[in-house]
Amino acid sequence: MADRFSLGLDVGASAAKAVLLEGEVVRARSIQRSGADFAAAATACRDDIVTKAGLATGDIEHVVTTGYGRRSVPFATSAVTEITCHARGCYAGFPRAITIVDIGGQDNKVIVVEASGDRRNFKMNRKCAAGTGAFLEEIANSLDTPLSSLNGLAAQATGDVKLGSFCTVFAKTELLKLIAEGTPLPEIVKAAFRSVVMRIVEMDPLEGDIVMTGGVVAYNPVIVDLVSEALGRKVLVPDHPQCTGALGAALIGQDR
Amino acid sequence: MADAKKSEIRKIAASKTMRKLMADHFYELDRAVKEGHPKVAWCTSVGPAELLRAMGFLVYFPENHGAMLGATRMATETIPAANAIGYSPDICSYLTSDIGAFLQKRTPLRDAYKGIEAIPEPDVLVFNTNQCREVQDWLAWYGRRWSKPVLGVECYKGVGEVTDVHVAGIAGQFEAMVPALEEVSGQKLDIDRLRETVRLSRECSDLWKEVLETAATRPSPITFFDSTIHMAPAVVMRGTQTAIDYYRELLAELKARIDDKVAAVEGERLRLYWEGMPIWGRLRDLAMLFLELRTCLVASTYANSWVFTALDGDDPFRSMARAYTELFIVRSDPHKEKYLEEMVKTFSVDGIVFHDSKTCPANTNCRYGMAQRLQERLGVPSITIAGDLNDLRCYSDEQAKTQIEAFVEQLA
Ligand code: SF4
Repeated sequence: MADRFSLGLDVGASAAKAVLLEGEVVRARSIQRSGADFAAAATACRDDIVTKAGLATGDIEHVVTTGYGRRSVPFATSAVTEITCHARGCYAGFPRAITIVDIGGQDNKVIVVEASGDRRNFKMNRKCAAGTGAFLEEIANSLDTPLSSLNGLAAQATGDVKLGSFCTVFAKTELLKLIAEGTPLPEIVKAAFRSVVMRIVEMDPLEGDIVMTGGVVAYNPVIVDLVSEALGRKVLVPDHPQCTGALGAALIGQDR
Repeated sequence: MADAKKSEIRKIAASKTMRKLMADHFYELDRAVKEGHPKVAWCTSVGPAELLRAMGFLVYFPENHGAMLGATRMATETIPAANAIGYSPDICSYLTSDIGAFLQKRTPLRDAYKGIEAIPEPDVLVFNTNQCREVQDWLAWYGRRWSKPVLGVECYKGVGEVTDVHVAGIAGQFEAMVPALEEVSGQKLDIDRLRETVRLSRECSDLWKEVLETAATRPSPITFFDSTIHMAPAVVMRGTQTAIDYYRELLAELKARIDDKVAAVEGERLRLYWEGMPIWGRLRDLAMLFLELRTCLVASTYANSWVFTALDGDDPFRSMARAYTELFIVRSDPHKEKYLEEMVKTFSVDGIVFHDSKTCPANTNCRYGMAQRLQERLGVPSITIAGDLNDLRCYSDEQAKTQIEAFVEQLA
């Protein structure tokens, strides 16, 4: 039966993520860079998914989109915000009262979910790049270092260098100062990670069980360690932290 | 997701009358400046308009012009000119967009009203700092520019209970203004005329309140977006019979909607409260978004700011002092929270949208934990939208839209 398949597509600012559900079971996942064309990235994700699952596109009855590009996908059957989808996707993995911290490419979100799975409230970071994936991209650029190497570098740091300023531009000026002082690269990267963590802990009291999601978390586990350290308890991370929004969307598709 | 089927904003028939009244208002001011009489007074939106009117002035409200700059999105182009002369992008964007427009010799009045080339040059400028300190700086700039007297009232802040001490303090300042105003107007204050003006203003206020209260009905016949438009006569024409006649017409139309069960938002399923300044340049977009989400913004602190129930023609100075000090914006947080609690009950509100307006701290009430306290005490959830009244550089359409949609998904 075709409608057993539900596809969740999280079309974010930097990547499109897809999860295909067959009943309760995840049949396939896909992650593609989104760039300027959301529809193309979504299509690439879907095509990759159907190939992996050995299906035809017509086999998928529900396509629920989420993320910034959620309204740009012509084959979507419905669209739901990423806040609702992350809540649903995370609750599926951790069915209890949780506070979700999602670090995205362009914004951060804190979503408080009750033990029943209902959402109590949510917050988005303010309108700047501080603390987001975009901030780390800026830092990687300034340091002339590939984004993918940041986690490995931060893991080598042993000191406690910090960046004091709130603003991405000011933080970059601070970086220049650290470079000029000869601060080792791993210490500088870890300082940038600490800055991300500061932007997160000042968003919310972060009570109870914390679940972290998003691409930044997927590629930079050191950030999760730093949040755990800041909160004094272990932070939870789902198996595919970048795909919880897409999973939530697929689950919502199943309800429809 | 917003409903794919496009809905239409339901038009209010009285708008036609209002457009004519507003045109008359601006043409009358323009004529007065060109002919040299009557004298023109600028007044802040919750300043002592009744006193000025009773002394024969035509009254112009720069904030009304600020809102027009915002709504036409001209503000985003004019703000930088004020920033460049030292008026920071962090201060009131009514002020910066208005002064910037003046420096660039622009005004939305020119596009809206053929023959009007500029804002009306005042003979006197009068402020009340009950709303904020910015109004004083704003009027002072024009006062220097045109070498015209700037008079004002220094108001109390964070007022809990409004006491006789407050009332006496403000009433005394109003009275002390009279000789200077008489000098400009060339007429003596006629106390009976002031009494009558205050009485008319009160009647206007009562009708405006009744208009806003029609939204307590389910479904509501009016939205916050309608009220931001239809409040104009309560701001610029209070104290005149014209404003009263207008609100009678509007009220009759809304009552007819109630009788016929006509909803401002077709299929209304959620009712929200807007706390903070409007985002003037995005009123239409937001109105459409809420319409598609079948969510009605039923009430707001903003539109209620022109309800002055204390006005009393028998005691004009003291009642004006009380009315202009009783305003939400002047009050302490505990008072504001009590007020919001009442609003939530009266209008059966499901949630609150706080607008954190970058350049208007005075009308931004979510920066000291109020949203959290209200959620804890009343169980009313809320969201906070980062934006601004006029400076769209401080606003992200996408982020606001996502937050609003997510809030509706949460509540629905
Ligand atoms: S209350 Fe806010 S918007 Fe109004 S004049 Fe003052 S700062 Fe500007």
